[in-house]
Amino acid sequence: MDLFPLWNSLRVAAISTVIVFFAGIFAAYYIARLPRLVKGVLDVVLTLPLVLPPTVIGYLLLRLLGPKRILGAWLLRHFGVKVVMTWWSAIFATAVVIFPLMYRTARGAFESFDETLAYSGQTLGLSNAYIFWHIRMPCCRQGILAGTVLAFARALGEYGATSMIAGYTPGKTATISTTVYQLWQTSNDALAMKWVMVNLSISAVVLLTVNMLERRDFLVSGGKRRGTA
Amino acid sequence: MSLLVEIEKQLGNFHLDVRFQAETETLALLGASGCGKSMTLKCIAGIMAPDRGRIVLNDRVLFDSEAGIDLPPQQRRVGYLFQNYALFPTMTVEKNILCGIRSGSKAEKAAALSATLHRFRLEGLEKRYPAQLSGGQQQRVALARILCSQPEVILLDEPFSALDSYLKWDLELKLSDFLENFSGPILWVSHDRGEVFRNCKRVCVLDQGASQGTFTLRQLFHEPETEAAARLSGCKNIVEAVPAGSAVTLPAWGLTLSCGKPVPADICQAGIRARHVMTVSEGTPNAFYCTVERVIQDVFTTIVLLRPEGAADGAPLLRMELERDDWRRLNRPEGLWIAVQPRDILLLK
Repeated sequence: MDLFPLWNSLRVAAISTVIVFFAGIFAAYYIARLPRLVKGVLDVVLTLPLVLPPTVIGYLLLRLLGPKRILGAWLLRHFGVKVVMTWWSAIFATAVVIFPLMYRTARGAFESFDETLAYSGQTLGLSNAYIFWHIRMPCCRQGILAGTVLAFARALGEYGATSMIAGYTPGKTATISTTVYQLWQTSNDALAMKWVMVNLSISAVVLLTVNMLERRDFLVSGGKRRGTA
Repeated sequence: MSLLVEIEKQLGNFHLDVRFQAETETLALLGASGCGKSMTLKCIAGIMAPDRGRIVLNDRVLFDSEAGIDLPPQQRRVGYLFQNYALFPTMTVEKNILCGIRSGSKAEKAAALSATLHRFRLEGLEKRYPAQLSGGQQQRVALARILCSQPEVILLDEPFSALDSYLKWDLELKLSDFLENFSGPILWVSHDRGEVFRNCKRVCVLDQGASQGTFTLRQLFHEPETEAAARLSGCKNIVEAVPAGSAVTLPAWGLTLSCGKPVPADICQAGIRARHVMTVSEGTPNAFYCTVERVIQDVFTTIVLLRPEGAADGAPLLRMELERDDWRRLNRPEGLWIAVQPRDILLLK
């Protein structure tokens, strides 16, 4: 069994999760401060990938990044890079698909943050960066971690957009999900089953992690559940 | 050491217009909830920006709309004790206090920390998280953290609202002990006149966003000038009044009561404290007959709601408060002769 799809899936998922981690938090933090109308519009646009079929996202990305399309052609002309049908093309697709998961959970976490904590930090003379990383993020860590793990899990399972923009080339762009489809198509049932089991176990581990993170929270707050302290 | 505040801010339908000056003293900001007390503190701390005005702390301009000055909260040196204390929940007591220590080497910080822990009697709690502390302990940590940051003014936002009432008394004594060495203005925001009376010498009264001037305690409790001041000082009976020489006519109750001195023409309301409503015999000056409408037993006193004989329909009832024993002696009367001493009638603008 060639393990390339596992390795490729993990690296695509990991890289896109890192990108989306920062992008999602950044967006969640700043969009909450915008005027209502702008906020509403951006919110819709950024959440859209959550409800769109991945094939639609793949299509839109191809319209944008394909070698004959605006951005794709420009990149090809100036840098000589073709941004589709490589292993890292899948990162674009995956990042767009998982962005809303990170963005929405981070926003939920930030919204439940008690702003007086930030204010009191400011009056004590703490810098805004210190307040963000040492007070706001730790207070919201549960939601943010849950969002990150969910985003990673979803990234591992991405199929539709990835298959359109990165295709299926064994040993080059194959991921677990595209491999399963390919094996099924070619009636290699036994091997398909093996990959399904691999995928199932990774996803189970990830979801178990989410649950454990949630339980750890009340250990930090001193064995008392929040609200009864 | 002084703090000058002259600010205005419009927020929806709410208009904030606050002016006062505090010297090295504990000045109370007294007002009903929603009158803009916390908003005023937020403007002073720099968390919220006023639309217009000036805030000057010891010759340092913190905010000046005309000069375009608006210092960030970090540079204002304003110690703000929030209503819920705002301790950082993911940090231990120790780390919370260290957040207040602005500068110094590691050793200096450690020394300052242990001195603070000792002074606020927090030894043994260093490694605890805020959620593991009692309300009183949380308040001490918050106060310790604020004083470590060496503020030039301290803002106390309803310091006891988060605590059970039986704890308040003890903590009130401790709080004034801890603040004793502080040499700067302290603003004490409260809606509780008792708290203000015990802890402050001067009071700035806020009513629906507007400050109504600064008074000494004596002025506020003995001669409040406005309806809001009278109500906040605990006056229960306030009715419309028409000046009539050295008396006032109270149309709602069909009464004219002598005030013993000329009544200024701009008086439009009169206040009578429930404790100043006396039972008298017929024929006493300022006496009038009332029927007893309702009797309510309070913890130590009896509250009697009275309807003056000449009261108009829908007029408010006159509230009388007296010792339980005194009421018992009266033997459940249906009506009473009532009088108010001329000096006990509060004349309000």
